[in-house]
Amino acid sequence: MTGSFGPGPLPESADVVVIGGGVVGCAIARELSRFDVSAVLIERSPDVATGTSKANSGILHAGFDAEPGTWKARLNVRGSRLYAELAEGLGIPRKATGSLVVAKDTAEMETVAELRHRGIDNGVAGLEIWNRDQVVAHEPNISSDIAGALWAPTGAIVCPFLATVGFAENAIRNGVRIVIECAVTGIDVADRQIVGVRTTRGRVATRFVVNAAGLHSDEVARLAGDDSFTIKPRRGEYILFDRSVGQLVNTVLFPTPDKVSKGILVSPTVHGNVFIGPDAVDIDDPEDRETTAGGLAGIIAGARRIVPALPLGTAITEFAGLRAAAGKDFVIGPSPAARGLVHAAGIQSPGLTSAPAIGEVIVEMLQDVGLRLRAKASFVPVNPEKPRFHELDREAQARLVARDPLFGRVICRCETVTEAEIVAAIRSPCGARTVDGVKRRVRAGAGRCQGGFCGPRVTAILARELDVPITAVRKDSIKSWLFLSRADLEAGEGIHA
Amino acid sequence: MREFSYDVVTIGGGPAGMAAALAAREAGAKRVLILERDRELGGILQQCIHNGFGLRRFEEELTGPGYAHRYIDMVKATDIDVWLDTTVLAAEPGGVITSVSPQAGLTVVRAKSVVYAMGCRERTRGAIRTPGSRPAGVFTAGAAQRMVNMEGYLPGKEVVIVGSGDIGLIMARRMTFEGAKVKAVFEIMPYSNGLTRNIVQCLEDFGIPLYLGHSVTAIHGKDRVTGITVSEVNDKLEVIEGTAFDVACDCVLLSVGLIPENELGRAAGIAVDPITSGARVDQFRETSIPGFFAAGNVLHVHDLVDWVSEEAAIAGRSAARHARGELAPSGRERSVMAGEGLRTVVPQRLTDFEPGKMSVRFYFRAAKPMGASLLQFWADDALAFERKLRVVKPSEMIVADIPVRKIGDAATLEFRVVPAPEKVAAEDEIEEEA
Repeated sequence: MTGSFGPGPLPESADVVVIGGGVVGCAIARELSRFDVSAVLIERSPDVATGTSKANSGILHAGFDAEPGTWKARLNVRGSRLYAELAEGLGIPRKATGSLVVAKDTAEMETVAELRHRGIDNGVAGLEIWNRDQVVAHEPNISSDIAGALWAPTGAIVCPFLATVGFAENAIRNGVRIVIECAVTGIDVADRQIVGVRTTRGRVATRFVVNAAGLHSDEVARLAGDDSFTIKPRRGEYILFDRSVGQLVNTVLFPTPDKVSKGILVSPTVHGNVFIGPDAVDIDDPEDRETTAGGLAGIIAGARRIVPALPLGTAITEFAGLRAAAGKDFVIGPSPAARGLVHAAGIQSPGLTSAPAIGEVIVEMLQDVGLRLRAKASFVPVNPEKPRFHELDREAQARLVARDPLFGRVICRCETVTEAEIVAAIRSPCGARTVDGVKRRVRAGAGRCQGGFCGPRVTAILARELDVPITAVRKDSIKSWLFLSRADLEAGEGIHA
Repeated sequence: MREFSYDVVTIGGGPAGMAAALAAREAGAKRVLILERDRELGGILQQCIHNGFGLRRFEEELTGPGYAHRYIDMVKATDIDVWLDTTVLAAEPGGVITSVSPQAGLTVVRAKSVVYAMGCRERTRGAIRTPGSRPAGVFTAGAAQRMVNMEGYLPGKEVVIVGSGDIGLIMARRMTFEGAKVKAVFEIMPYSNGLTRNIVQCLEDFGIPLYLGHSVTAIHGKDRVTGITVSEVNDKLEVIEGTAFDVACDCVLLSVGLIPENELGRAAGIAVDPITSGARVDQFRETSIPGFFAAGNVLHVHDLVDWVSEEAAIAGRSAARHARGELAPSGRERSVMAGEGLRTVVPQRLTDFEPGKMSVRFYFRAAKPMGASLLQFWADDALAFERKLRVVKPSEMIVADIPVRKIGDAATLEFRVVPAPEKVAAEDEIEEEA
């Protein structure tokens, strides 16, 4: 099968259907693409990475949090190693910053000592207990009232969007079809065996389905008669700061964790920003990504416990992400209700870290339930490199512009993103189709002016490249049109394509 | 990489860049270059199709493009070089400017003098931490203005404006003209941040309500905006419980302030005024790096473009003098303080005066609205100069010329705005409003 990405068409049949284009679904699809198998990934949004994968901490956890023996423990450590091997070849920005769990008093020092032992049990390398002076030497802006910290040299940071896009693009290059704007409406089960998936774009016959539907994975399970788990969305709010304060922290700073979450952290991002967050609030609506005044105030207070001098004046955006929690551990394994259905669900933290390892175990499980897989010689494990103008030296920049003049037109001035990069992001195999899709791939609009300058220009480039009118260009979701024409307004029409 | 040499280079071809380049050329700089990112000169004026520009500079009322074209024509009548579609990547001390464009590729320009004229950008929703969801339909007013006036598309049909900056007020009127319903303008401060004439001509004339002391506490909607929640705030700008109400809309336009686009200056290491976010300059508009000047909204945000042109001309003349080696490093430098009642003052420091200089023009922003007031100049803690102001508004710049003889040799220089004694206010001649 030739790989593709776009709103249809859905093939009439496939060996495997993966439901959900988050980092987990895309990592599974990429793992499947090693084999001679027809695989289709369906995603209801116009892009991959639009649910939990678009709003999270972007951290590759070292793996000392989870209790030994859990999926979380096993897959976190394996996933963290896989990113170290895969990231560069797949075009996934990753920085090995290390991480610190900061303890404020003797009781918390005891907790971080326990974490160290747990980490050793989980196979995490290099864990050390640092005293106050060691921590302060590494993090000059840290609160003066700390007692010490757990240092995890294998902790790292990653771009969660480009991780998802990197897996998706590689899957497509190796033959996976990704069908977007395609929502699952039913799962056909005959004799307790999966036989097909019905969608808003028609039906695909298949005997194997992977449920990687994130916040909606319990709904997908129920479509197959499986009510073995329930997703409880847990919202976390974040504040992102400008790159001008990128030197605030050098590493991921966690507080000593409580029972609910890892707490409010202060962390650098791979793109040189700093963020604080998240809090953890159970909510009912799996689409409710509203930030709240109380939530933002709470994470500011929480972050100040670690770094008292927060540069609040340099905040560039606030956002909320939703964790798809289904209890303490991930829900990974064959459905108890329908043969051929395998769940990769309830993937909360450390889900981003675990994603490539989840891909490995899900493929093993599919084989266990009867999918025949034969490795294919044509598998190409890497994506072609995409030049990032602002990261290059002047000589390399000059060569790029000589090759393609559109590298000479800077569209996003805050992040120095050129038109050539935006065009490449749209034309790539897993190409952006929305303004936020462009932002997530090349950072046009992700800087301090938040698209105030480049937004209209990116909109025009999208319209040109996708060959659609300006009024059909969307921000993010299917119905998130940005502009209407004068004629629409005169005709009393609302915003629509 | 190709290399070029110029006497004076302006970074930016908006009103400040053009006025600086023209003044530099008139003052004798032989090789002058304007670097402009957009495909035409004029900067933000090109999208400001309303009138009200140029009353002071040209003594007639022009539109933004009309004002811009006066300057574009003047530039075209000279031998000033203009590179369009060209972005400056860095301007380093010593005058080494690296720029890039699709046509010329990566280019190095060696300039004897550099004038920063990059203008400003709009504050964002993120900067004011407005909670809620992040649907389509939330735009800064200027981005929406570009789409409406230059591209011909509308950002929505039921509009709420957040913040009462001038662009927001202008957009309230523009969207009304376009057939959209503008439901209200919400301003967190107890006073407007726009010019009085814009409140009258853009809101009152169209019956658009302005809610002062109101803060948007949430933006709602998943795909498009569906509405906002608004609450009253107290005098500490804290939300007053129980005052929340919802307003349905499909579009939110933000007009919550402007920030100098000063990244190139910061990257070069110029000293920055933390209040204006622009360079700390002397009366020549020279920054802390010799040969680097700043003018217009990248220096401090102006209310009227006429002041921008005037200020940029100072920077341009100074840049020409520096290029000829005539702007000698000053032996002495004095700070100018914005004291009681004032937020900002430009220039922030004084160096040695040119021979024959009679007065220095200062630009101020007030800290809060006041009635009849006195602008005072204190030299070495003695009141050296006083001028009456009929009314003081943070949205309107105060401009004052201080005679050099009043400045004298004083070591400390401070400006203040204090309430005028009642009888003084009553018998005072009325100051012309900016």
